[in-house]
Amino acid sequence: MTTALETRGLCKSFGALTVADRIDFRLEAGVRHALIGPNGAGKTTFVNMLTGRLAPSAGQVLLGGEDVTRLSQAARVKRGLGRTFQINTLFRDMTVLDNVALGVAERHGVAGRLWRPARAYEGVREEARALLATFGLEDVGTQRVFDLPYGKQRLVEIAIALGLDPKVLLLDEPAAGVPSVESERILHALERLPREIAILIIEHDMDLVFRFAQRITVLVQGEVLCEGDPRQIADDPRVRQVYLGERHG
Amino acid sequence: MTSTVGYAADPRLHWAEGVPWLLALAVFVLLPDYLSLGARILTYILFALSLDLILGYAGIVTLGHSAFFGLGAYVTGILSAKVKVTDPLLLLVVSALAAALLGLATGAVILRTRGLTQLMLTLAIAAVCLEVANKATPITGGADGLSGVTIAPVLGTFRFDLFGKTAYLYCLCALFVSWWLVRRLVYSPFGATLTGIRENSVRMHAIGAPVYGRLLTVYTLSALLAGVAGALLTQTNQFVGLNVLGFEPSGELLVMLILGGVGRLYGAFVGPLVYLIAQDVLAKQFPYYWYFGIGLMLVVVVLFARGGLLGIADALLARVRGPR
Repeated sequence: MTTALETRGLCKSFGALTVADRIDFRLEAGVRHALIGPNGAGKTTFVNMLTGRLAPSAGQVLLGGEDVTRLSQAARVKRGLGRTFQINTLFRDMTVLDNVALGVAERHGVAGRLWRPARAYEGVREEARALLATFGLEDVGTQRVFDLPYGKQRLVEIAIALGLDPKVLLLDEPAAGVPSVESERILHALERLPREIAILIIEHDMDLVFRFAQRITVLVQGEVLCEGDPRQIADDPRVRQVYLGERHG
Repeated sequence: MTSTVGYAADPRLHWAEGVPWLLALAVFVLLPDYLSLGARILTYILFALSLDLILGYAGIVTLGHSAFFGLGAYVTGILSAKVKVTDPLLLLVVSALAAALLGLATGAVILRTRGLTQLMLTLAIAAVCLEVANKATPITGGADGLSGVTIAPVLGTFRFDLFGKTAYLYCLCALFVSWWLVRRLVYSPFGATLTGIRENSVRMHAIGAPVYGRLLTVYTLSALLAGVAGALLTQTNQFVGLNVLGFEPSGELLVMLILGGVGRLYGAFVGPLVYLIAQDVLAKQFPYYWYFGIGLMLVVVVLFARGGLLGIADALLARVRGPR
């Protein structure tokens, strides 16, 4: 198996506070990998360093074997790194279709065109429509995304990222804030994501993690505590103590 | 409401979009005494349109847009009065390019910042431009203004007459071409990304958009159009004063655009029209208090109609048509 995404000795400090401490991490191609850890473990910071939103204090990020540590977010997206956000980060006043189409247009390299009307780019529109259909959102394409129920907005989050045709997809708590009935629908959508995409999911919902992930990394106070398949993690006494012990009493 | 932005927006002309142009032609025929006011309004519409592009679509808040307007005005004025370049179209092009260059240079700095910092930087740039024009008396005329501007006939044929006929039609043509370009831009994929940046720049970065480059492009284009407006003002007035620079014209422009409606393309038409007519009428009736009327209008719009006068019109239309 090849490595889709790797970090070597990744560190991040804000003054005296260390939020990532020499994280060595590998995400293999096509694998569903979960990153779990108690609140404040540095999971979102880690994701922000992977995408280039935050610069690490030390260490490297490798995407498909290439060192991308110094590259911009846009350059990493071009190399196949997509992400979603823990808190909905959508184009609130735009339609659901446009939310997805903006990303598709960037990937097609036509988003900066200033002459022909956007509507003339039928390839972009069709692809955005097809993406909406895979998430069961084809009927709400013309609605303002902010008018959608929260659970559907979470699906749009994922649809936007998928429109970038990523090789690596980072899902930051895709079911955050969604009632448990609807989180089933999100899990269902996640399970149908193309197999060739390597997925790193950050999630607090342990049911979802253990049903979805093939590998799990546990992060505690900015350090990797352990890594393994779901059974190993569930049986690991250290994990039970620091993480599951805390949350599941 | 149908959107003017995005991949489903219909780019074909709506009949209502013809109204401003028919109105403008009707004014030319029916109100020959008001053509110089008309030319001034058309100039300010173009200026407001350039602001709407960055404020309404890209979400860049600026109090320094007069820097480009003023530069355009002074470049035309100086070239005409001091260098004796008098061809109006040539002056228009040179002024536009000068303003675009200033837009590119200052945009490269201010667009790296955001929010209040950005606002203060735009203000600072406008203030610097004002001070330069004020101090460079030999070239700009300083506080006395720059007179002696002469403009050759447009295309060698249409002389700028006393009644403002040529000036009016000339401004109308410039506005029409600019409006057409801006409209194309707004409906293009580029226009859609501008709205995306305004709505959520974090997400725009995450989908791989070169946000800074896009903002710099639109800022430069907007400066270019503001430069054209400035050049028009000089050509039709044959005079440049310091009042084209600094905070005041920037703030006044912002008021006009907010009054008309931001991010709607045609708010830039309604705002200056209402503002400048109100100014004209009120200033005659109440020479000391006319600003009070403008202020009252702005307060009402900001409090009760965030979409400006066009927003009110939209709401009324929706009510007339009934709930859908």
